[in-house]
Amino acid sequence: MSSAATTPPSVDKVDGFSRKSVRKAKQKRSQSSSQFRSQGKPIELTPLPLLKDVSAQEQPELFLKKLQQCCAVFDFMDTLSDLKMKEYKRSTLNELVDYVTVSRGYLTEQAYPEVVKMVSYNIFRTLPPSESNEFDPEEDEPTLEASWPHLQLVYEFFIRFLESQEFQPSIAKKYIDQKFVLQLLELFDSEDPRERDYLKTVLHRIYGKFLGLRAFIRKQINNIFLRFVYETEHFNGVAELLEILGSIINGFALPLKAEHKQFLVKVLIPLHTVRSLSLFHAQLAYCIVQFLEKDPALTEPVIRGLLKFWPKTCSQKEVMFLGELEEILDVIEPTQFVKIQEPLFKQISRCVSSPHFQVAERALYYWNNEYIMSLIEENSNVILPIMFTSLYRISKEHWNPAIVALVYNVLKAFMEMNSTLFDELTSTYKSDRQREKKKEKEREELWKRLEDLELKRSLQSDGIIPT
Amino acid sequence: ATSKMAGADSDDSLYPIAVLIDELRNEDVQLRLNSIKKLSTIALALGVERTRTELLPFLTDTIYDEDEVLLALAEQLGNFTMLVGGPEYVHCLLPPLESLATVEETVVRDKAVESLRKISHEHSPVDLEVHFEPLVKRLASGDWFTSRTSACGLFSVCYPRVSSTVKAEIRQHFRTLCSDDTPMVRRAAASKLGEFAKVLELEYVKSDIISLFTALASDEQDSVRLLAVEAGVSIATLLPQEDLETLVMPTLRQAAEDKSWRVRYMVADKFSDLQKAVGPEITKNDLVPAFQNLLKDCEAEVRAAAANKVKEFCENLPEDSRETIIMTHILPCVKELVSDTNQHVKSALASVIMGLSTILGKDNTVEHLLPLFLAQLKDECPEVRLNIISNLDCVNEVIGIRQLSQSLLPAIVELAEDAKWRVRLAIIEYMPLLAGQLGVEFFDEKLNSLCMAWLVDHVYAIREAATCNLMKLVEKFGAEWAQNTIVPKVLGMANDPNYLHRMTTLFCINALSEVCGQEITTKHMLPVVFKMSNDQVANVRFNVAKSLQKIGPVLDSNCLQTEVKPVLEKLASDQDMDVKYFAQEAISVLSLA
Repeated sequence: MSSAATTPPSVDKVDGFSRKSVRKAKQKRSQSSSQFRSQGKPIELTPLPLLKDVSAQEQPELFLKKLQQCCAVFDFMDTLSDLKMKEYKRSTLNELVDYVTVSRGYLTEQAYPEVVKMVSYNIFRTLPPSESNEFDPEEDEPTLEASWPHLQLVYEFFIRFLESQEFQPSIAKKYIDQKFVLQLLELFDSEDPRERDYLKTVLHRIYGKFLGLRAFIRKQINNIFLRFVYETEHFNGVAELLEILGSIINGFALPLKAEHKQFLVKVLIPLHTVRSLSLFHAQLAYCIVQFLEKDPALTEPVIRGLLKFWPKTCSQKEVMFLGELEEILDVIEPTQFVKIQEPLFKQISRCVSSPHFQVAERALYYWNNEYIMSLIEENSNVILPIMFTSLYRISKEHWNPAIVALVYNVLKAFMEMNSTLFDELTSTYKSDRQREKKKEKEREELWKRLEDLELKRSLQSDGIIPT
Repeated sequence: ATSKMAGADSDDSLYPIAVLIDELRNEDVQLRLNSIKKLSTIALALGVERTRTELLPFLTDTIYDEDEVLLALAEQLGNFTMLVGGPEYVHCLLPPLESLATVEETVVRDKAVESLRKISHEHSPVDLEVHFEPLVKRLASGDWFTSRTSACGLFSVCYPRVSSTVKAEIRQHFRTLCSDDTPMVRRAAASKLGEFAKVLELEYVKSDIISLFTALASDEQDSVRLLAVEAGVSIATLLPQEDLETLVMPTLRQAAEDKSWRVRYMVADKFSDLQKAVGPEITKNDLVPAFQNLLKDCEAEVRAAAANKVKEFCENLPEDSRETIIMTHILPCVKELVSDTNQHVKSALASVIMGLSTILGKDNTVEHLLPLFLAQLKDECPEVRLNIISNLDCVNEVIGIRQLSQSLLPAIVELAEDAKWRVRLAIIEYMPLLAGQLGVEFFDEKLNSLCMAWLVDHVYAIREAATCNLMKLVEKFGAEWAQNTIVPKVLGMANDPNYLHRMTTLFCINALSEVCGQEITTKHMLPVVFKMSNDQVANVRFNVAKSLQKIGPVLDSNCLQTEVKPVLEKLASDQDMDVKYFAQEAISVLSLA
């Protein structure tokens, strides 16, 4: 009995033979989050005439009616219910999309609240729980939104509305307010990439047209990222939000406000620590480089930040960091380079001696970059001593012949750059290592002596100091 | 600070200390980490005064480091009171911990807060007001959210021991943080609300805490609202019964129907605590319908969380109406969950449903629950089946093994051949219990063949468990039974063409020799083992050596010398090095050299 009870009742461990591929097949289903609102009751909509079939004066009125009808939300998990009405709403939405695109004079002041209401009713909902406990966006198929046939048209309509020539932010801002934006941002956690793509456009338009909401949007994105980094490590729309930020940063005025610098150092840099970095690294690196192109003085804190969060065990992430660092070095100013070259090349030296050949290789590729080479050459007095030990050792010890070959090239380059220093380092290599070993020994002795001391002291003051 | 410390002292015994402080700045993180972990040693060697005047300022200055180092530091400082000279000086530890409580990394901050909470108890009431409370205030009004979140965890430790003026200030600060602009801070405040309520005077619970609770429970972010649920449970335990209805129930009811499934999930997850906190009357009137709704929730996550609580909820129902409530309100929902579309829901239910039989008694169990158990035993999801099997004992106690086996046996037999080996394993582990309760005859008739079939299972874990199972059966039924029923079958497998089955014979002999005793071992088993020493598969031969080593203690010394020794000696000169190795090991263990 007891042995049976100790069998962990946990979810995935029970069956040692289930493979991801098998589970995946089961998983490929869509979800609807609108269930909670529309339980049970069938929905009846009375068909209205087409907008183009009524006179111009009647159109605004009919437009409002159609918007109101489209507030009805259907349950798409039940594929058989309300089929006729679902089709009716779909065609109505299609009609509305066309209408806002081509019509003129349709946007009365009364229309604004109705448009926002219709959009809110359809898109704002609590997102359902993820199908698998550990949804891995790289491995698992995303769960698709079941109500997409309607949802897509609603998004399409909303974007056309925001982009319409008649659209007036001064009226709309009464309805598209902070609360609206907050709910919109929460939707970025949707697992459905199609939805996130639309959301990206919507948010971008709102950021562009509503100056009063800009600071608020940035602050809320801040909060989402901080929560993502420090609390949950889960948010599906990080890449999309970063993409929007990339263009926002691009438009920052100079000199940069303290708020923006804080965002860079306290939010964007810590984003590098997240496990799923690979999913948004390209967008993140873009944002970082945008910042540095705006204000080169930020280079030092950025590079120090990256060094602080340098991956310790994940080689894939290390390769990404090296890639990003190269992007940064591509735009670095020589005066900035000098400020961080020491800690930077200590890290590069560690990467070069990584037993993981992709890490070593990625770091050694820096020596193919002409601009970086020129910086190294200018500062070879500082950099060569830092790099030398690793390079020399790898040239003798690394398991991977391709790495050894690359290291030979790097050593050769250094030799050509600064042959005096190179010769000096070669001749002192052995004695330096011996000195290091000696230091190591001394350290061990030191700890030993200290432990003796501690023992002695605690004996002396027995009873006073707890051990 | 370091150079002064290094140079200032000629005392030889203190020389290493200076170096150690240099080690705290070593380039290698690992070395810094090592030194930090030895911080108490350094402090001890320095003595209390120099720890206060030199080491702590140094640590406060160099707080910028790898998070891993900071974490170790935060932890160490929590145990430093004696090292700075006892409670009188404990406030010296506040500056470095204050800095640590503002860093970004959550684990570091949490550890710093933990240490601060720990040393707060070592402050005198005066020091608490002079040193500790100002720190809490500074953190609570910090610029960046990190210090404000840290502050949330510190209010409750200083509140009980300060003057009423300071108390009023603390309440004010907590109020401010509950409506902070940053959701991270509101979450921290919400998660500490219950704890803070516990140290407040009842009048302030009613005046302050309730309004904060109501506000947090209707926050725009569901991540804040769900934390308020837990606080609500704590608050409910503090209030007199007559206030519950007006002060907390409206908010809790609203939480149980929140539009966000995460909040509803939290309510389901905390349901037993909630039930205890509000007492029997509210349970009957409010919680029963709320629980029914959670069991029927549209999100599987919520249903699973509620299903997990079914047994506890029923157990804690007021006795006078327990059975009626279960039969009329809960059981219908449970019946539906048995055929839920989501396997996690079914499996959560399966892990507790058997517990209902104790509550409902024999007749209800047979009539209402057994059909559900049977349905779950046949569920397509192995985890559901496994959970049912693992909890058979509860039912056994109520309806007795006879009735249980009559109704469940067909299902059990079916599961014995389940395609998932873990299910088979769970069944095997049940066999000794079933055998003991069903008796020899019934067992031989219905289950024996199953037990033998497992010996040739294609999964090693099953064969191994089957071997162990045989041993337990022999313990129950005795050596004679073994000799008549299982030993012949086991020994027969020694001639099996599959070497894995031949090895199973050896494993069974290993397990059975002791319980069967010397006679059966020597007479029946040993000859078979000897014969297998000529097996053509080396793995069988070295297992012969291992078996001989294992059963040696059961045999008499004459037999060991005259029969076992020659066989082992022959194996010790085998061509295969593993066979040689194990033969030699057996020779030395049995002292036959």
